[in-house]
Amino acid sequence: MTPIDLFQTASYNMLRSKARTVLTIVAIFIGAMTITLTNGIGTGIKSYLNRQIGNLGATNVMSIQLTSSSSSGLGSAGSAPAVYNPSQRAVATASTDPHDGGSMQLLISAKDIGTIQAMPNISSVEPERAISPDYISGTGGKFQLSLQQQFGATTSDMLAGKGVDNGSSENQVTVPVSYVASLGYSNNQAIVGKLAAIGVTNAQGNQSVVTATVTGVQQKALLGSSSVYANTSLANQLYKIQSTGLPASAASAYTTVDAIFPASLTPAQVSTLKRDLKAKGFTGQTIKDHEDTVFMAINAVIIVFDVFGAIALLAASFGIINTLFMSVQERTKEIGLTKALGMSPRRIFTLFSIEAILIGFWGSALGTAFAALLGQAVDTIAAKGFLKDFPGLTLLTFPLTTITFVIVGIMLIAFVAGTLPALRASRKDPIEALRYE
Amino acid sequence: MVPVIAARHVSKTYGKGDAEFAALDDINLAITAGESVAVVGKSGSGKSTLMHVLALLDKPSQGSVSVGNKDASRMSGRQLEALRNKSYGFVFQQFFLNANDTVLNNVILPLKIARVGRQERTERGLKVLRAVELEDKAHNKAANLSGGQKQRVCIARAVVNNPDIIFADEPTGNLDSHTGKTVEDLLFRLNKKQGITLIVVTHDKDIAARCDRQIHIKDGKLIGRSAI
Repeated sequence: MTPIDLFQTASYNMLRSKARTVLTIVAIFIGAMTITLTNGIGTGIKSYLNRQIGNLGATNVMSIQLTSSSSSGLGSAGSAPAVYNPSQRAVATASTDPHDGGSMQLLISAKDIGTIQAMPNISSVEPERAISPDYISGTGGKFQLSLQQQFGATTSDMLAGKGVDNGSSENQVTVPVSYVASLGYSNNQAIVGKLAAIGVTNAQGNQSVVTATVTGVQQKALLGSSSVYANTSLANQLYKIQSTGLPASAASAYTTVDAIFPASLTPAQVSTLKRDLKAKGFTGQTIKDHEDTVFMAINAVIIVFDVFGAIALLAASFGIINTLFMSVQERTKEIGLTKALGMSPRRIFTLFSIEAILIGFWGSALGTAFAALLGQAVDTIAAKGFLKDFPGLTLLTFPLTTITFVIVGIMLIAFVAGTLPALRASRKDPIEALRYE
Repeated sequence: MVPVIAARHVSKTYGKGDAEFAALDDINLAITAGESVAVVGKSGSGKSTLMHVLALLDKPSQGSVSVGNKDASRMSGRQLEALRNKSYGFVFQQFFLNANDTVLNNVILPLKIARVGRQERTERGLKVLRAVELEDKAHNKAANLSGGQKQRVCIARAVVNNPDIIFADEPTGNLDSHTGKTVEDLLFRLNKKQGITLIVVTHDKDIAARCDRQIHIKDGKLIGRSAI
């Protein structure tokens, strides 16, 4: 038989017992759909997160803390307290987590900052100062806010305007989209270029007001960006006011400093930098490290679902074996006849293998197609519903490569499942098969 | 003259030790081209086994079968398959047609196996169907034919690849005497007009009598005049 004849005969044979074939295809359909859906959700969320990571801060920033030599956190319970060192200061970081006893965090001094600054590949070191302004006000009332200093270039998605300029001597802020109406503006464009007033209280309890220009409006995001971002000029001014009246030593010791490194560093160079920091007693973490932690959790969930899908496929592959064994049994005489008429065992094997692969193909093609349609429907509904405030988030994404991979993978599984029945068919003795009953 | 098929000291045994049973016991025979031969014997006499061995569907336990001047035991599986496909035609008592497929598709199966192109096999299929007077049924399902028609389809299938020999195993066994006669005439016409060698395993005394030669087999041995 020519390859085309084999293919057509296999197709024809597959449809001879329609109910049985359809049921087997349904089993594969379920497995293929599960795997496609879980991967679709995974890809969708990860690609969204990738874009959102920008809202957490620039990627060329490393937050650095002194590596704690002793902590009372989980796992170190019962260890003896560290020997007092007058040149080192520490603060107890209270924890709201009832399972965590809180830990001691060593404070980074001006001398430590000098050490870090002197290291290779460090462009600059900025203390991470907790700036706690009281309120922000636009044209009307005063509202509470959380404020962060913008390090490096802005990577947030901007709905209007642009990010703050750290080189500017002017005070600048960007505000989240949810702030726009509260600050008294009807739309995102209207607030750009306008002044906002920020109230801040010093250590002696006196409140001052600082004004800043709003340069842009940040898109709402799942991670990070419900904060107002300030440029260096504004952050310095606010911190100066806030620290007025504090002893000098209290104002110049920090739990965390941010080191900025050249954006051109390779991941390997960043790792080296982290190792160097570790050797000097510091722990450095980049945005990428935080991202990896989040992705690890997402991947774990996806793997669990993929395992369910794989189990469904395993069950389905036994369905293929069963279906083909029944076909071989039913077609015993026919197989015997074709062998008597000169068909080689190898071609008989191919014929049944093609039938198995076809079952796998139809199950997986229909399953992935259905999953893609379902995903699109869910995305459309979600975009109008609970994801209304998250433009750009598609819950499910189905790249063609994933779909192709699923289909080809399942066809391969089907082929493997089909080898046993196909082998039995190819070994049928024509005389045995044609013997009269 | 070189015989088309010759068997020399052919034995076929099943089982081992006490359970050993000889289906064929030292068979010697030669069939010349164009001959019509009836293999006659009671059921269980070994006549079907003899046909299977001669048709190269089964290998003898001892002895050899030669086709033309070639020893079949020296032929590869591929060569045996090609020989069965191109030189042999088979007609079985139980037809072995695919009931759900069309008459034409059933007839062209040997051509499909031989990788003959689509158009050519349709033409040749219709031609042999015309010869058995079933051209009008070409696109009907095989299941909808009568017994006699089915056996004529089988004969069409047997001759579609222009074989040298037709092996017919009880070709009229499932037919009434009238339709059986039609099938019988058809087989002998192929033998006389096209010179196709005919080897028929049969109970039917009429068919046996019409053959050039009768081979009587009993308990796996050739008996009477057929024994050489």
